[in-house]
Amino acid sequence: MAATSGKSRSLGAQIALMLVIILFCVFPFYWMVTTSLKTQVLALESPPVWLFQPTFSNYLTVLFDDGVMRTLINSLIVAVSTTALAIMLGLPAAYALARFEFRGKKDLWFWFITNRMISPIVLALPFFLIVRNLGMLDKHITLILIYLTFNLPIVIWICTDQFRSIPFELDEAASLEGASQWRIFRSICLPLAMPGVAVSGIFSFIFSWNELMFALVLTRTNAKTAPAMAVSFMEGYNLPYGKIMATSTLIVIPVLIFALIASKHLVRGLTMGAVK
Amino acid sequence: MPAKTPRRTIFGFLAPAVITLAVVGIVPLLYAFYTSLHFFNLTKLRNVRFIWFENYSSVLTDPVFWEAMGRTFTMLIIALPLQIAIGLGIALILHAPGLGFLRLLTRLSLVLPMATTYAVVGLLGQVMFNLKFGVVNQLIGFLGIAPVNWIGDPFNAFAMIIFWDVWQWTPFVALVLLAGLTTVPGEVEEAARLETKSWWTVLLHVQLPFLMPGLVAVLILRTADTLKLFDMVFTLTRGGPGSSTELISLMIQRVGFRAFDQGVASAQAIILLIITIILAQFYIKAFYKEV
Repeated sequence: MAATSGKSRSLGAQIALMLVIILFCVFPFYWMVTTSLKTQVLALESPPVWLFQPTFSNYLTVLFDDGVMRTLINSLIVAVSTTALAIMLGLPAAYALARFEFRGKKDLWFWFITNRMISPIVLALPFFLIVRNLGMLDKHITLILIYLTFNLPIVIWICTDQFRSIPFELDEAASLEGASQWRIFRSICLPLAMPGVAVSGIFSFIFSWNELMFALVLTRTNAKTAPAMAVSFMEGYNLPYGKIMATSTLIVIPVLIFALIASKHLVRGLTMGAVK
Repeated sequence: MPAKTPRRTIFGFLAPAVITLAVVGIVPLLYAFYTSLHFFNLTKLRNVRFIWFENYSSVLTDPVFWEAMGRTFTMLIIALPLQIAIGLGIALILHAPGLGFLRLLTRLSLVLPMATTYAVVGLLGQVMFNLKFGVVNQLIGFLGIAPVNWIGDPFNAFAMIIFWDVWQWTPFVALVLLAGLTTVPGEVEEAARLETKSWWTVLLHVQLPFLMPGLVAVLILRTADTLKLFDMVFTLTRGGPGSSTELISLMIQRVGFRAFDQGVASAQAIILLIITIILAQFYIKAFYKEV
């Protein structure tokens, strides 16, 4: 066949392009991990070294001497609590938006989505002043609450979609049996909506775990999260690159695992359902 | 369609979320508005006084504010077309048939940049683009290009933050467009491919209509996200050198927390909020399906 050589050439080009894409996406991670395994002297080698004897000393130092362990635990506490809270508060609201007709529904909807777009600095300024007056600076609960401003809309969005995909006949049948609205929600729709709950939970976790600005402004030592910690290594003249990259690796790995688990739904979550 | 539900029930379902979001999302905004009407400097708290809209008039006539705004939109105007062009290319490659495993691997690797902590992207930028021991200068050195001072030069620093924005968000654009490509009915696409060999014709006349919703979503989400962009630039350049990479969010943060002028910063934030809401309204009207 005459077309074969052209086809295999285009196949070869496709393979090459895909390898380039993979390399482009993965290389920074490769560099992050290898730098984290270098001693400070090696990290400051010019030009950079590619082959060397790896050491885990950066990890041990940042985790046990510099207090990164504590900030990772803080990040975990904050991300898990805010996610749990967002799901508990958001699920009934999502159910209401999917199932009930009421006045002002469109405005409510608009308000929920607008929260996705508001720049965090707009909230960080007044939140800082309020929290300072209440003596709540540097407390976990402060971050847990402010992270709801982006987690709650995400949960409501994804779960409304999920509830809408559950046949309404199920509700009607249960209603004829005399079940209350709350019971229909709890015992019939909620179990069927679990995939959406899981996806929105993963998103909420990732966004909270990754957040830097609020953490920077609202915490000092006690509730400091891991990204804020990584940034504080940047102060001073001689930057400890190995330590910074070790901390970065520790921050990024859990998110990447979650993101890969939810990779099929990533686009839906990041566009808040605009694109499936 | 749902039957009429008692108001009390509806209220019971909605109230927890609505009240919480109002307390954490709206009360602070009202407080920001209150602050913006005052002379309010954290280092001169004895001097707090009501000054009507003075902060607003000084912000609106402040070249620094508009320069930061201009920089933010310049970044968007350069980065977004790159992201769409490269993203579309990636989507078309991934949409082609065959090579299942390699395609899956490519798709999974696309997930990595999007999920990376934004602050870490900035830190990685510091390490990789360092003048002396950065790997980027080593790699371009293999091509015979002299080392570039990425972080210390205003123009290069701006190019660098665009590079990282493109690195992080092109995969997002690619996956959105790929989702659009899969909505083209298979038999329509096959028929078109029998008619013409040109992939460009197929793209323009057959696939493009199906890509439109995704493109609109990308356009508006990237606009909002560029207005929000803080973490990556802050950890990479802190807005510098000079103010060459000081985007709008960084500038407000500097005024509020490093110059301690909460009054002016709040006025800037409220103006940014108004711009955002206008954009959001456009966004929802443009393509969100109604409840």
